[in-house]
Amino acid sequence: MSAGSWKFWLPLAIFAGFCLLVFVQLMHPAEREVASAMIGKPLPAFDLRAAVPERPGLATVDLKDGKPRLLNIWASWCIPCAAEAPQLEALRQQGVEIVGVAIRDTPEDVTGFLARYGNPYARLGADDLSEVQLGIGSSGVPETFVIDGAGVIRYQHIGDIREDDVPMLIARLKEAAR
Amino acid sequence: MIAEFGLAALWLAAALALLQLVAGSLCLQPKGERMSVIVRPAAVMQGVLSALAFGALLLLFLNTDLSVKLVVMNSHSAKPVIFKLAGAWGNHEGSMLLWVTVMALAGGLVALLERRLPERTMLATLAAQAFVGLGFYAFLLFSSNPFERLPVPAREGMGLNPLLQDIGLAFHPPTLYLGYVGMSVAFSFAVGAMLTRQVTPAFATAMRPWVLGAWIFLTVGITAGSYWAYYELGWGGWWFWDPVENASLMPWLAATALLHSASVLAARDALRAWTVMLGVVAFSMSMIGTFLVRSGILTSVHAFAVDPERGTFILVLLAIYIGGALTLFAMRAGTIAEGERFSVTSREGALVVNNVALSAILGIVLLGTLYPLLAEAFGVKVSVGPPYFNPVSAIFFLPMLLVMAVGPLLRWRRDSAARIRPPLMACAGIALLVLAGLIAWGPPGLLPMLGIALAAAVGIASLLPLRGRKLRRTPLPLWGMVIAHFGLALALFGASADSAYSVERLVAARIGQVTDVGPWQVRLASVEPTAGPNWTALEARLEASYRGGAPIVATPQSRYFWAPVQQTNESALLTRWNGQLYAVLGGEAEDGRWQLRLWWKPFVTCIWFGGLLIALGGLLALIGRVYGDLRRRAILARIAQRKVDLGR
Amino acid sequence: MSLGLKAKHQRLVLVVVAFVALVAAALLAMWALRSQASYFFLPAEMVASPPQPDQAVRLGGMVEKGSLATLPDGVTVRFVVGDGKAHVPVSFTGIVPDLFREGSGVVAEGKLRADGTFMADNLLAKHDENYVPREMKDMTAAQARATVAETK
Repeated sequence: MSAGSWKFWLPLAIFAGFCLLVFVQLMHPAEREVASAMIGKPLPAFDLRAAVPERPGLATVDLKDGKPRLLNIWASWCIPCAAEAPQLEALRQQGVEIVGVAIRDTPEDVTGFLARYGNPYARLGADDLSEVQLGIGSSGVPETFVIDGAGVIRYQHIGDIREDDVPMLIARLKEAAR
Repeated sequence: MIAEFGLAALWLAAALALLQLVAGSLCLQPKGERMSVIVRPAAVMQGVLSALAFGALLLLFLNTDLSVKLVVMNSHSAKPVIFKLAGAWGNHEGSMLLWVTVMALAGGLVALLERRLPERTMLATLAAQAFVGLGFYAFLLFSSNPFERLPVPAREGMGLNPLLQDIGLAFHPPTLYLGYVGMSVAFSFAVGAMLTRQVTPAFATAMRPWVLGAWIFLTVGITAGSYWAYYELGWGGWWFWDPVENASLMPWLAATALLHSASVLAARDALRAWTVMLGVVAFSMSMIGTFLVRSGILTSVHAFAVDPERGTFILVLLAIYIGGALTLFAMRAGTIAEGERFSVTSREGALVVNNVALSAILGIVLLGTLYPLLAEAFGVKVSVGPPYFNPVSAIFFLPMLLVMAVGPLLRWRRDSAARIRPPLMACAGIALLVLAGLIAWGPPGLLPMLGIALAAAVGIASLLPLRGRKLRRTPLPLWGMVIAHFGLALALFGASADSAYSVERLVAARIGQVTDVGPWQVRLASVEPTAGPNWTALEARLEASYRGGAPIVATPQSRYFWAPVQQTNESALLTRWNGQLYAVLGGEAEDGRWQLRLWWKPFVTCIWFGGLLIALGGLLALIGRVYGDLRRRAILARIAQRKVDLGR
Repeated sequence: MSLGLKAKHQRLVLVVVAFVALVAAALLAMWALRSQASYFFLPAEMVASPPQPDQAVRLGGMVEKGSLATLPDGVTVRFVVGDGKAHVPVSFTGIVPDLFREGSGVVAEGKLRADGTFMADNLLAKHDENYVPREMKDMTAAQARATVAETK
């Protein structure tokens, strides 16, 4: 190697720096979300009509019976909501009670969606004007909230639930039960 | 069956890539020459098979085969045919398949057509192409299989997103992809040349048409993307420096530098190490840009968009390919660096300055794009936008323009500055005159003013190489250069005129109210509801008259889609030769007035005409080079024939 | 031979110039990034340590209920962005994005005036379309662009 050839290694060094930076970011996906100001606060008062005939609607009082639950905000027109359906079903089979809020939807669409992807919901309210959605600090679908037995929001999960998220949500629920 | 056929073709193509890699590498060993006969056929067959696999995917989308997961996720039986087809590449798996298909086809074409390089270098190049391809085959087959079947066929597809049913959007990504992936050929050529230590003018001549081809697609893709953003976003801007745009700009900058340094290497056997380096960098930028956008690292706020598994897979591929090529470069550059010498005042000298400026801009864009990531590693949230990119890149863009005016007038090797002084003084005079005129007329900002003056001078200077030539006998590559340089000056003029003289009005107008914007009087005649196949809209009827002339009707809309719920503002554009009137309809104020946002943008269309001229210049140069090569081959064949005849 | 010697000298000049230019570009870029990058603030952070009046920044939070008002000119809106701990009044002139409404999240780009009002040049409302799965993320430049625009 001749003297001064160090400069030919510079591009490689710069690229190595890039890889390191990106790798760190990949391993620690940063939370760039404006966090909901509602975490740690009680749910706002609402009383939603049933979205489908076979499940009761959803009101704030239903969520204050001492049992922690998942509150899933979704819509039949949202593709990621279909993607997370198996994970919700898995959660239900592990004994988690899930209540749902369908955003800006029609009973026919909701029924069709549930027939195709399964119905993990114990209760299902229809939120036609996104009032509840906005009231609890959510701005999109799907989002999933951990609600403790006193009706207090303990955790907000944004986006579809992945397989790796299932144990995490169960841990959050256990935490909320304490 | 079609899905299984496509998957099988893909596996076979991957196997052939492996064969091509192994055979090609063995050929580089002292006793491996016998393997060389299978490398070229393997490359061609690999191209054919991957094209078949992609054809199979297109067919699945055309038939809306709802047993295939990808079709279900991204198509719908009620979609128009053209959007069914576009759905095939409008998603992660399909676009990765398009990526490997283009890469394999390019490799196959190289194997079929390229005859100028020494055989060993050629084989090393094809082996490198196969090596790069192999990683992406692995990525497709192991983590993004596009042909995956559903256990139970779905009843209907889910991809009826109306926003995506836009003809421009359907063809924009594949155009860019042809550019990105076409650069892989330059990468493989560079690796092959380094492996066999054959960084010669022949290498540059052989690589240049391929780079030109990819560069043309990139240029068209960037131009089209910019126009799309301009009319679709309704913000009046045409370049936003967001990571998606930067991801396409960075390979373009590197490829432009590569084209210029390759011409030095081809003509004068200088800048060897630098050209090889740029060959590696151009494709690296394509991969890095695509990776940054695709992995969700830069664009997403939502953690779920970053899929660590796939992201890591691509990152590992990047590390292997780019890191490997750069290591090879570091080890070999010392032995190839010394090229022919030249004087500072020479064509080579000017091209070096051009390359330095382009590389500096590339570095600036890359740093600006990555800075939010870097800051976030330290827990600070920032975003980087035009206040950074515009002035900082202009500092290097302006000297590059000056050199662009001077360089083509200089002779190779060494020249005297005195020889080209008269025409340059004339251009400088024109620039000063324009500047004085602008100041007299009321100076706009400093940068736009400099931009207009420079555009005038550079536009004229770019035509000077034609001076004293018979236009019909001027070689096509020279025409290409002149047109591309003129196109850049035209785009600069459009951008500067837009930023200097755009007039914007934002009003809440009553029905019947007239608003002045620049030379236009715009009357809001009515706002009526209207409907399309999957949207309803409020449509404003604007009667716009230019300097009191007959009114022309423009109809901006505020559209509501319902599946999924979405609102878009459809801007209305009235184009004249000297600019565009741009109108956006906003919401209704409580007292019955309507929000209107109007721009008069003088000469804004020059930006995209300039971009198209740049691409046209590239096309002419490409045709000229290919034609020249064909003629050279014909002559060589004739000579060989004559030798045979004489030998008889 | 004079050409050779001289050319070698000139070559060195070019290399030095190139090197200096590239280093200058890097330094300039880093300096400009420090001064021109626009920092992201939550309302509490903005109240605790306000940015300089001439510094472009971003403010993210929730549009507080009952705070949204349109001024008589019909194109200027005022509202308050809060995060449960602090509030910042915001003024914006222009066409507001579709999903912008009271109670929803918003990111405002602009500058904080000395009197404590945030003058926004641009509003980015958070949008349902953000929630596309990763497979669709790279679907089109449009979506990616929209996502970038709405969320960065």
